[in-house]
Amino acid sequence: MGNTSSMLTQYDIEEVQGHCHDLFEQQEILSLYQRFCQLDRNAKGFISSDEFLSVPEFAMNPLSQRLLKMVDGLNFKDFVAFLSAFSAKASLRQKVELIFKVYDSDCNGKVSCNDIMEVLRDLSGSFMSDEQREQVLSQVLKEAGYTSDSFLTLEDFVKVFGSSGPEMDVEIPVD
Amino acid sequence: MNSPAGKLVTSRSELNIEDYLLSDSSINEPRGKLRLRDLLDISPTLTEAAGAIVDDSFTRCFKSNPPEPWNWNIYLFPLWCCGVVVRYCILFPLRCFTLAFGWFIFLTSFIPIHSLLKGHDRLRKQIERVLVEMICSFFVASWTGVVRYHGPRPSIRPKQVYVANHTSMIDFIVLEQMTAFAVIMQKHPGWVGLLQSTILESVGCIWFNRSEVKDREIVAKKLRDHVQGADNNPLLIFPEGTCVNNNYTVMFKKGAFELDCTVCPIAIKYNKIFVDAFWNSRNQSFTMHLLQLMTSWAVVCEVWYLEPQTIRPGETPIEFAERVRDMISLRAGLKKVPWDGYLKYSRPSSKHSERKQQSFAESILVRLEEK
Repeated sequence: MGNTSSMLTQYDIEEVQGHCHDLFEQQEILSLYQRFCQLDRNAKGFISSDEFLSVPEFAMNPLSQRLLKMVDGLNFKDFVAFLSAFSAKASLRQKVELIFKVYDSDCNGKVSCNDIMEVLRDLSGSFMSDEQREQVLSQVLKEAGYTSDSFLTLEDFVKVFGSSGPEMDVEIPVD
Repeated sequence: MNSPAGKLVTSRSELNIEDYLLSDSSINEPRGKLRLRDLLDISPTLTEAAGAIVDDSFTRCFKSNPPEPWNWNIYLFPLWCCGVVVRYCILFPLRCFTLAFGWFIFLTSFIPIHSLLKGHDRLRKQIERVLVEMICSFFVASWTGVVRYHGPRPSIRPKQVYVANHTSMIDFIVLEQMTAFAVIMQKHPGWVGLLQSTILESVGCIWFNRSEVKDREIVAKKLRDHVQGADNNPLLIFPEGTCVNNNYTVMFKKGAFELDCTVCPIAIKYNKIFVDAFWNSRNQSFTMHLLQLMTSWAVVCEVWYLEPQTIRPGETPIEFAERVRDMISLRAGLKKVPWDGYLKYSRPSSKHSERKQQSFAESILVRLEEK
């Protein structure tokens, strides 16, 4: 019906595990596969934007559109690789890297002031005016030693987060 | 111009999904001067999104539970094959025959009664009621349905409605076999629609169209009129508005609870060992669903008629609906989720994401003031 009838072989699981740098256990990969097949309704091999948005909790998220650009059309291996940053075993750097990728929507390796503004706009919506956002941004940038023309690289992000990394762990339900 | 003071008042009439989801939201915790790291740290929002991708309570409500295959074995496999042969080649034809026989009796009685007794409405309605109950019994027999009813049987009284949890259209047939309810249903295409317009019309059914927005007021009025009439069959409503997989209940629509009358809850629980009675309307047509039931061993379910409830003073219809949902979920052993069943067909309204945006904006602005 909606559930998968094809099972993953041990080879498949190990391949996926290698692709995500062993950040998930084999049971977790199996659970993720079940979930992937549940969301991918007509077994196309990837999950379309529409199918992601049919999860109301995801559709309600202010960053859903940004994330959709990153996950739309991924096959299972890349899907697991994307989620691997949320594993408890992922390193601080890997988590910061994901956050960097969310900001860097044009994938040029640099996050400009404008990129930060865009994300801030997604997160605050109509509840902050543009002036307020500019004010907040310039204040924190100045304090951290950057100007509004600066570009932040991944290394800058890692420096900003310091040793207490972002708390970004998602538990994969294994039943 | 844009002031963040657009407060979304969460009145008692709105259940806060956020309270359910983010019981320990960490977005607002850090205090003190705003730093770059606070601005860049979008990890709570990302974690929520990833959590939703990995597992969410809404999709769980609509997951079919296919029976686990148990036939991978040298002696179990032939047994299973025998079972298949019995089910498809012996039981299924017997059941088809029973059903056809039942339909024959029904149609040869219903059509003459319907046309001949046109003047004597009261008598005609009584006979039609009995006939509808009879054909539903035949349906239940065609799946070898074993239904246990608990509690006092429904009575025909004005100013009362019956509400039940919804798993499949067969809920209606299982309940109708005991009492000829009038029901409010979505109009279906095909042979089901034909049955709806001819036979169900005689027990007094109300139609609605999910996609019509203005439909709601028209239907609300029809419901009110029906309930007031003393002669009408008792009205059965499925307030979830959609089929759920009999492990969870989604939020009840308040339409049934603001009719100013007694609400009698009915809880239905199917025994999954025999067959999974959940009708996943996205995957199966009703015909396929019926065929699946007719080629299974049995449909076993329990029906509990619970104590009639009235709205308490000071209670809003939504709170009343939740109270009744608590009763039904408790009785049938179902878990409650705070989602609207119609999210199956449409996206959540933007006010949920707006609420998140508002709390984020407020937390940033508060800390902006702190120097």
